[in-house]
Amino acid sequence: MSTLEPFTIEQFYKFIAQGKLMAGKCQKCGKIHLPPRPLCNNCYSQTFTWTPVPSKGKLLTYTVIHVAPQQFQHLAPYAVGIVQLENGAKLPGMITGTTQLRIGMDLTVDFTACDNAQPWPQWPRYCFKPT
Amino acid sequence: MNGKPLVSIVSAGLSKFGKREGLYARELFAEAVKEAFDRCPRLEPKRDVKAMFVGHMGESYEHQGHMGAAAADWTGLLNIPATRTEAACASSGAALRSGIYAVLSGLADVVLVGGVEKMTHRSTAEVTEYLAMASDYPFEQWHGITFPGLYALMATAHMHKYGTTETQMAQVAVKNHHHGTLNPKAHLQKEITLEKALTSRPVASPLKMFDCSLITDGASCVILTKPELAGKFTDQPVHIVGTGQASDTIGLYERETLTSLQAAKLAARTAYDMAAVKPENVDVAEVHDCFTIAELIAYEDLGLCKAGEGGKLAESGETRLGERLPVNTSGGLKAKGHPVGATGTAQAYEIYLQLTGQAEQRQVKNAQTGLTHNVGGSGATATVHIYRSNQQ
Ligand SMILES: [Zn+2]
Repeated sequence: MSTLEPFTIEQFYKFIAQGKLMAGKCQKCGKIHLPPRPLCNNCYSQTFTWTPVPSKGKLLTYTVIHVAPQQFQHLAPYAVGIVQLENGAKLPGMITGTTQLRIGMDLTVDFTACDNAQPWPQWPRYCFKPT
Repeated sequence: MNGKPLVSIVSAGLSKFGKREGLYARELFAEAVKEAFDRCPRLEPKRDVKAMFVGHMGESYEHQGHMGAAAADWTGLLNIPATRTEAACASSGAALRSGIYAVLSGLADVVLVGGVEKMTHRSTAEVTEYLAMASDYPFEQWHGITFPGLYALMATAHMHKYGTTETQMAQVAVKNHHHGTLNPKAHLQKEITLEKALTSRPVASPLKMFDCSLITDGASCVILTKPELAGKFTDQPVHIVGTGQASDTIGLYERETLTSLQAAKLAARTAYDMAAVKPENVDVAEVHDCFTIAELIAYEDLGLCKAGEGGKLAESGETRLGERLPVNTSGGLKAKGHPVGATGTAQAYEIYLQLTGQAEQRQVKNAQTGLTHNVGGSGATATVHIYRSNQQ
């Protein structure tokens, strides 16, 4: 894996567009950062390597959003949750493909992101679906 | 620190909370400040007030940033150092904290701290978008997670871990609406039933409309000075004896736990230690009930009950006016309303009234020690302050 890409949120989403879930690993203290950061908040190192994160995990908590901002009103009601991935990292996102939500259920990151026409940011929006 | 007064409150003011059509935020702020000046005739504002901190969360509402200077001008305090503080819904908790820094530093003897937000002229969709700005943009807002959504995520986790029920959450709403009927400045002054709360329309499951605080216009302020100068301005000061502020990850998803707010626990510990006060010594508290689940978690984080027992404490009725530990006698964010930038010092205003015996029909008998708990975002900021009456 190339180490040239900057360890930024922008780069995290570039990897998402390629169907990859990637975290930064601090070369000095070993801390895994998801999302990646350019400065380790544990040891202040600025040296990282990219490490793939398993796209499978378990649902920690969830809600169904009924009152949404304009941008999301066409989707409401929609489910969102926080998923703990198999390496322990946590990631929030929408949950699609099921209405049977329960804490502890198995979910997988779905990289088929919805369209994004706005000028900034152009981040592909991953979501979670049942494993 | 051993419970000695850090600073003293010599006056306080609050605008009427509600739908204040046709007013601009700085005009509302002037309403609150005028009350504070009127309550304190021995204060000469232009001579005495040396600095101002104004909590204000969003420039989106009125297309207006730079609230510090605007607020100073509209309150007749042009030319003093005036700074806007922003920490989402804890913006004026942060203003209060900043005022304490200013007085204790010796740079300003008398400081006016307050906050304001004008919200009701915007649609619910717009307010939902602006409030969400307090959360993490790239991983929360970007994925459609709203502000009620974040507290709903905490509620789901709390229910799963501790067996907390929707009925227990609704009991917070019923209580705070009852208290709101006793506060002529509250946005809503109507009782609600448990059934009405439980059958209201969903916002972000399990949270329903009556689990959510109100979109409200309002302003608040308190005037601080050094304890040794308080007697110059009033015979009835209220002393701040403990202050705590802490931060946490901007994203809820990065936290160790989803069922308590670490920043609130840290701020509370600091404030309690400084004040030499224990949770059981608190006579009256204003806590940040932006959602009913938030009041239950506040009980736990402030040590008013054990972790996981917030729901039971709400159910017991002990936090109602007239019972062991009245919480949110003002009606709280739930019924008094939550003009976000104004909330922190609106809580301080209520405690000031309670500890000076001016809370009228909602007066807590013999209230000597008070507490305020103000939370920003989903808990990335928290401030806790502890107050003591002049009698004690
Ligand atoms: Zn490191």
